[in-house]
Amino acid sequence: MTMRNNLRRIRPWQLALTAAVMALPPIPSAPAVNGFAFVRAAHAEDKKLDTSRLVSVGGDITEIVYALGEENRLIARDTTSIYPEAALKLPNVGYMRALSPEGILAMNPTAIIAVEGSGPKEALAVLKNASVPFETVPSPFTRDGILAKIDRVGTLLGVPDKAKALEAKVGADLDAAVADAEKRPEAERKRVLFILSAQNGRITASGTGTAADGIVKLAGAINAVGAFPGYKTLTDEAIIEARPDIILMMNRGDGAGTRNEDLLAQPAIALTPAGENKAIVRMDGIYLLGFGPRTAAAARELNAAIYGG
Amino acid sequence: MALPQAMMERRLPFPMTEISANRQAGDRTRFALLVIALLVIGSVFSMLFSVTTGASDASVLDVISNMAGSETALSTRDRIIIFDIRLPRAILGFLIGASLAVSGTVMQGLFRNPLADPGLVGVSSGASLGAVTMIVLGGGLAAPLEALFGIYALPAAAFGGGLVTTLLLYRIATRHGQTSAATMLLAGIALSALALAMTGLLIYMANDQQLRDLTFWSMGSLAGATWTKIAAAAPIILLSFTALPFMARGLNAITLGEAAAFHMGVAVQRLKNVAIVGVAAATGASVAASGGIGFVGIVVPHILRMAIGPDHRFMLPAAALLGGSLLIFADVLARTLVAPAELPIGIITAAVGGPFFLWILLKQRSRLAL
Repeated sequence: MTMRNNLRRIRPWQLALTAAVMALPPIPSAPAVNGFAFVRAAHAEDKKLDTSRLVSVGGDITEIVYALGEENRLIARDTTSIYPEAALKLPNVGYMRALSPEGILAMNPTAIIAVEGSGPKEALAVLKNASVPFETVPSPFTRDGILAKIDRVGTLLGVPDKAKALEAKVGADLDAAVADAEKRPEAERKRVLFILSAQNGRITASGTGTAADGIVKLAGAINAVGAFPGYKTLTDEAIIEARPDIILMMNRGDGAGTRNEDLLAQPAIALTPAGENKAIVRMDGIYLLGFGPRTAAAARELNAAIYGG
Repeated sequence: MALPQAMMERRLPFPMTEISANRQAGDRTRFALLVIALLVIGSVFSMLFSVTTGASDASVLDVISNMAGSETALSTRDRIIIFDIRLPRAILGFLIGASLAVSGTVMQGLFRNPLADPGLVGVSSGASLGAVTMIVLGGGLAAPLEALFGIYALPAAAFGGGLVTTLLLYRIATRHGQTSAATMLLAGIALSALALAMTGLLIYMANDQQLRDLTFWSMGSLAGATWTKIAAAAPIILLSFTALPFMARGLNAITLGEAAAFHMGVAVQRLKNVAIVGVAAATGASVAASGGIGFVGIVVPHILRMAIGPDHRFMLPAAALLGGSLLIFADVLARTLVAPAELPIGIITAAVGGPFFLWILLKQRSRLAL
């Protein structure tokens, strides 16, 4: 076998062409997914939303559909929809941020109602092209946010009266819970540290703009770490500095996560008032952070757990 | 897979004669061509299999026979599933699998190291940095890019990051027109660490929603396959492939060492230039289109080397075919195992490929008495 140098056959123009193509940025999204001649999507923008076969994405949205008594329209849910128990019987189309377009289309839905932040964008583009209406519902972590969510879902389902009734009930419930919590004088308010995870002794806690921050405020307590947005891993000194009276954690239910005694054994935690009093509160994650119809009850329960109601 | 004829002959108890050695070489060539022919059939089959299977009951035959007929809502739905979801996924999957497997083969040949993978030239860490930058700063600092590319801003950023890292690494490792493989490996480690540090900083800045996006991106998926993505990735990958026929003999010679190859008349430096730029472009385009899909680039070349021997003239086309069809099969599993949801494809390639690779390794070990 001769080892002739075949590489010499490459001409400079070939290299130049290669370089030119590689310098081209990927083609911008001109005709995103509707560039295929065989597919002519029949757009039905002006028609009323048909929710007879509904896919619900987001635990809070699913919960509201059930609370409105409209669960007979549901044909599928996402991974985060685990309440009420009956929802678990529905087919699961995947995690809200990693939806599978074919999986959803296979269910023959007439509409999809999803909480803000569902995706990915490519999946949404395909669904849009298949003329399946995809409605997004914003989800701020406040009292008004919950009511707006109920209102929007009710409007989309075409049951505004039921939604108004549920809003009135949930709103009154929330107001009562907040009013009860407000009675406590400022000086007696306790500082709550919500710990998302405590893996390997690294404490990840919730700052502002999170569901945990929202529920702690509704329960009439103070977020012990209100100086940063989102979830962050804290240094030991920042935890001691935060002086939490109560540590709040999610109940994982599956035995995973960090055990109370392991958490209390950490020097930083042990030096806080919460550590000294072994004051750790655990609640179901979806119930505590879902910001749906059950949030008033969750706020009351948290309030009772914090102040010994 | 049938036992390679060459393997059987190697265990003959009598010493090799000139004639049997020649015959052995002929047999090996014939066997390699047979394997490539089988892989072509396998690739066609994998394509058909991918387009006809999925979470829904959409049928290709129905769609094609209804093409001329009237449009109902259901037939429109099925058409979209076949032509806008399954077909682009099959094509993109094949392209990316082929690109990763071929890049892995070229890298392992060039560095004479069976552990080399396409990420070795820094393209993976650079692409990750580009993608993470886009995910975390998408709304703010990187907004102009987003406005320009729309939903393809993320792949564009990943591709740019991968290419920039590779070119930088290449400049560092090249002195007086000579690229040193050793310098490149070491500089690659340093640059990857740097990119990782910047990525880490961005991850620290990310909110929990962005963190989830990052997690899914790093696991890789063909879920975002669209015709537009194919139009963006295919030219880059296919153009990189055009250099391959010119490289096979050079890569064969380089197995004896760079100096030996040089004295055999191989333009070693030019070979390196073409290989590194080509691998960076193809891998960059693949990572950009589908996120991080590991394993294919490192394992496919090994499987082939065990099956048809180390001759790059056969290895390169076989790697393209095997890598492409394996990734398509992995994607079918990803789409159907947990339907109507889907798994990230990286999980499948590792979970199925890992044990299979070990099995082959153990089988070979006992046969070759290594």
